[in-house]
Amino acid sequence: MHRFANPSRFLRLSAAILPWSTAACVCLLVVGLYFALVASPPDYQQSETVRIMYVHVPAAWMAMGTYAFLALASATGLIWKHPLADLTAKAAAPIGASFTFIALATGALWGQPTWGTWWVWDARLTSVLILLFLYLGYMALWNAFDDETRAARAAAILALVGIVNLPIIKFSVEWWNTLHQPASVLRIGGPTIDPSMLLPLLLMAGAFLFYFVTILLLRIRLELAGRKLRTVQFNRARASLRGTT
Amino acid sequence: MTRKRRRLYMVAAGVTMLGIAAALVLNAFQDNLVFFFSPSELAAREITAGQRIRVGGLVEEGSIERQADSHTVRFTVTDTARSVRVVYSGMLPDLFREGQGVVVQGSLGPDGVFSAEEVLAKHDENYMPPEVADALQKAGHWQKGGGT
Repeated sequence: MHRFANPSRFLRLSAAILPWSTAACVCLLVVGLYFALVASPPDYQQSETVRIMYVHVPAAWMAMGTYAFLALASATGLIWKHPLADLTAKAAAPIGASFTFIALATGALWGQPTWGTWWVWDARLTSVLILLFLYLGYMALWNAFDDETRAARAAAILALVGIVNLPIIKFSVEWWNTLHQPASVLRIGGPTIDPSMLLPLLLMAGAFLFYFVTILLLRIRLELAGRKLRTVQFNRARASLRGTT
Repeated sequence: MTRKRRRLYMVAAGVTMLGIAAALVLNAFQDNLVFFFSPSELAAREITAGQRIRVGGLVEEGSIERQADSHTVRFTVTDTARSVRVVYSGMLPDLFREGQGVVVQGSLGPDGVFSAEEVLAKHDENYMPPEVADALQKAGHWQKGGGT
């Protein structure tokens, strides 16, 4: 029964990882927030508003990273029919949607004092909004089918179609004139951000990454537990039905 | 095994074709995807007076003129090659100053003066503490607010 062998191995492995990923997330978050809010200098132009970046940028990175992960898991599910891969993609979607929402909301809060507007329809902001809709569409598609296998296949195809949006988001600020500034960290020629500000940014990014790992593992375990529960309930109902006749 | 391989090739081919299609579409809509034109791009294309457009560039040093009623401000937006004169009355963003990147939305008048309805400040990709900015400026490596 290799179908069940893999989920049980996953349960053992995830139980071993969870305490460590939780601890890493909490430690990085505490140290990261201290550096982001207290120990880092204000910006020469934005002054204290720069601190929004320490949430905005990690959230935006994770929004894109989660989508790449979701698409990869979807492709694995589609090609190799691995049961755990579809569940992994399904479990990642709400986390990615939350990251995307946080990136958009904090961006609007930063845009108002800095640019003078909450929102503009430039290529970067619009493509990230499309990313949010892709996540929501993916989640809706999973719920639109009664048959899980068909739901997984339809959602996986949507996830793969949406992958073209990732390079558009990343390079939108270079291909077209946008109000959003170009990349400061992941760029050719090295970061254009002072080391005293790069440190809290990377700490927060680490915290977000381990948050993702922790919540993802918990959500997959929840999905597996839900499946097990449905099987047990189904068998019990069938047994009681057999008992009455 | 062959069915898995076939599915793998189909997914790879599908994503590749989708990528090419997306690239072609985005290339075709290039003009609609840019948020603003630089003054050079503005000069290169036919813009009818009254057509709503956005122009982006740096506020030229020493070009800001405030009118007596203090609500109207005139300044020049430049990309160092070409420039356009802008007139605007209303609230300016905090970051608005000489040497700063801005995007102005409005229309070009018949006299070639751009009348703006909205002025947005553009932030560049440089983040640093004030001391570092001062030190860099003193050393003459970098123009404050002028971008790179």
